[in-house]
Amino acid sequence: MKIHEYQAKDILRGYDVPIPRFEIATTQAQARAAAEDIGRMVVVKAQVHVGGRGKAGGVKLAKTPDEAEKHAGAILGMDIKGLTVEKIMISDAVDIDREYYIGMIVDRATKKPVYMVSEAGGIDIEEVASKTPEKIHKYAVDPEKGLSKEEALELAAKIESRPAVAERVADFISKLYEAFVGSDASLAEINPLVITPDEEVWAVDAKMNIDDNALYRHEDIAAMRDPSTETPELRRAREMGLSFVKLDGNVGCVVNGAGLAMTTMDVIAHYGGEPANFLDIGGSSSPDKVVTALEIITSDPNVKSILINIFGGITRCDDVARGLAQALAQTSISLPIVVRLTGTNEEEAKEVLAGTEFVSADTMDEAVEKAVELARQPA
Amino acid sequence: MSIFVDENTRVCVQGITGRDGAFHTKGMVEYGTKVVAGVTPGKGGQDVDGVPVFDTMKDAVEKTGANASILFVPAKFAAGAVTEAAEAGVGVIVAISEGVPTLEVSKIYQKLDRLGTRMIGPNCPGIISPGKCKLGIMPGWIHKEGGIGVVSRSGTLTYEVVDQLGRHGFGQSTVIGIGGDPIIGTNFIDSLTAYQEDPQTEAVVLIGEIGGTDEEQAADFVKANMTKPVVSFIAGRTAPPGKRMGHAGAIIAGGKGTAQEKIEALTAAGVPVADRPSEIPELIKEALKA
Repeated sequence: MKIHEYQAKDILRGYDVPIPRFEIATTQAQARAAAEDIGRMVVVKAQVHVGGRGKAGGVKLAKTPDEAEKHAGAILGMDIKGLTVEKIMISDAVDIDREYYIGMIVDRATKKPVYMVSEAGGIDIEEVASKTPEKIHKYAVDPEKGLSKEEALELAAKIESRPAVAERVADFISKLYEAFVGSDASLAEINPLVITPDEEVWAVDAKMNIDDNALYRHEDIAAMRDPSTETPELRRAREMGLSFVKLDGNVGCVVNGAGLAMTTMDVIAHYGGEPANFLDIGGSSSPDKVVTALEIITSDPNVKSILINIFGGITRCDDVARGLAQALAQTSISLPIVVRLTGTNEEEAKEVLAGTEFVSADTMDEAVEKAVELARQPA
Repeated sequence: MSIFVDENTRVCVQGITGRDGAFHTKGMVEYGTKVVAGVTPGKGGQDVDGVPVFDTMKDAVEKTGANASILFVPAKFAAGAVTEAAEAGVGVIVAISEGVPTLEVSKIYQKLDRLGTRMIGPNCPGIISPGKCKLGIMPGWIHKEGGIGVVSRSGTLTYEVVDQLGRHGFGQSTVIGIGGDPIIGTNFIDSLTAYQEDPQTEAVVLIGEIGGTDEEQAADFVKANMTKPVVSFIAGRTAPPGKRMGHAGAIIAGGKGTAQEKIEALTAAGVPVADRPSEIPELIKEALKA
């Protein structure tokens, strides 16, 4: 799950990571008041879930409360890559002597939390990685042992040569580790980490993603989900335990298993059709899930045919069949439905579906071909 | 022969008294798997379809000689259950559970690595050596004994491929679903290494998907180390970037992890890549002829 900069900074502050003073505003008056409170030069920053806010004009320095108010007026309501700015951060603009980069991810290859640090901070790190990869230092941490003080110091020394400052950077690195592990982050990026002329260390920008699998044990973080980033369909799907991604085509898909669901989309494209969605009903599917899945799909006006492609394993075909029968009985689905059910309890499924109206198919290719064909026909 | 599990595998089911645990225990027993024990804390002394239930893994291993375990426990208890199984001394742990926090998997992986315990998964359908042993949730009857190794990040897509292979007369040595999470215990290279050494395996089907670079690393490995033919299928050609496609690990992030990159890497390593699962048997036929 993505969270906003101010939310990431709230989490980090809870682990004593040094964060410049900031306030959140949703109006120009609040922005002005915040700038007056802070009482120095501030930076006004759009809070949206996209990179490149600065380039888009969503980050502005303000020397006075007047200027902060003016910038707030320009940034609030601004459209950045399709997202409307509803909140802004008014942050103390700390003085900058040097800018570093500190990032952390859970690395798939080493299977460990990995740091990436660079003395080239404040700019797009992907650009640094492609042009001057030698300026990025990687370090994998053994998650059983955690990060030792010595390791943190060694890492800090790669980007900071002044021993006293390096010690502060090392302390920062250690606290970031605690915050990363403590909040089950999958990504944390501090860019830039600023060293002031007085040799103070501050996280001037912060980005964090949280592992969806771990949200059950972080109610406070789960509550940070921005409802404006989620359509009603997506929300319904998530709450029902369905994986759903809306696409632009006209063949609606209900599939069990992510790999088979992606493949179903690919095979639809192979037969000249376009999938309307990715939808994985997951394992242990209850009939309710199937009903919800069909409701979500039929709410998309683009959908012209529905393809149900199930290969039963942990999912029992009869459960899916019951959901389908229930959905057909409860709602009036007028769209043609192609059903392919095979695997665990497929015989029971056939009994459940005896007497219902749909097109049946034995193989995925056959089912997809039929669904694509039906989507083409004028309604 | 086969890889990782065979007729000598003695299985303990963790979470045997739950809905899924009980259902799939029955399936494994019916398949002929030696399910010798089950574990559910607080339910020791009961039995599920004649399989004795113990309170702890340690008890189960001591009293039944179980040498493998399979987990049907909720995600929040999965890391603890894996650790308990490893400490009790089983050699192979199959973690079916979906939704285990990534940092927990990272932590238990280091421990298993030290103990020399193999974990398959999490978030996987398990492993089956047809005719010998099924440790998983796959429908056993679609599998036939034979010479094709199948290794896949997916569950149901694997059944699809196995079904296609069977319809064309290709049985399987061992079929492994390695799981759809970003961090997994057994990866493509671990599996390919074992298939290369397994006398029963004549050719391998590698089923990948978007996200990460495991397929690219597998391609390098095949080129450098495999004498047996490998064919492939990659799911997610039409997946949009930046969206998680069901599996926690299936996401094109920062333009990396696309199906196209993987297909190119595999093709360059001499691994033919099918456009659709139904084309795989033909690719296998050609690969075995060459």
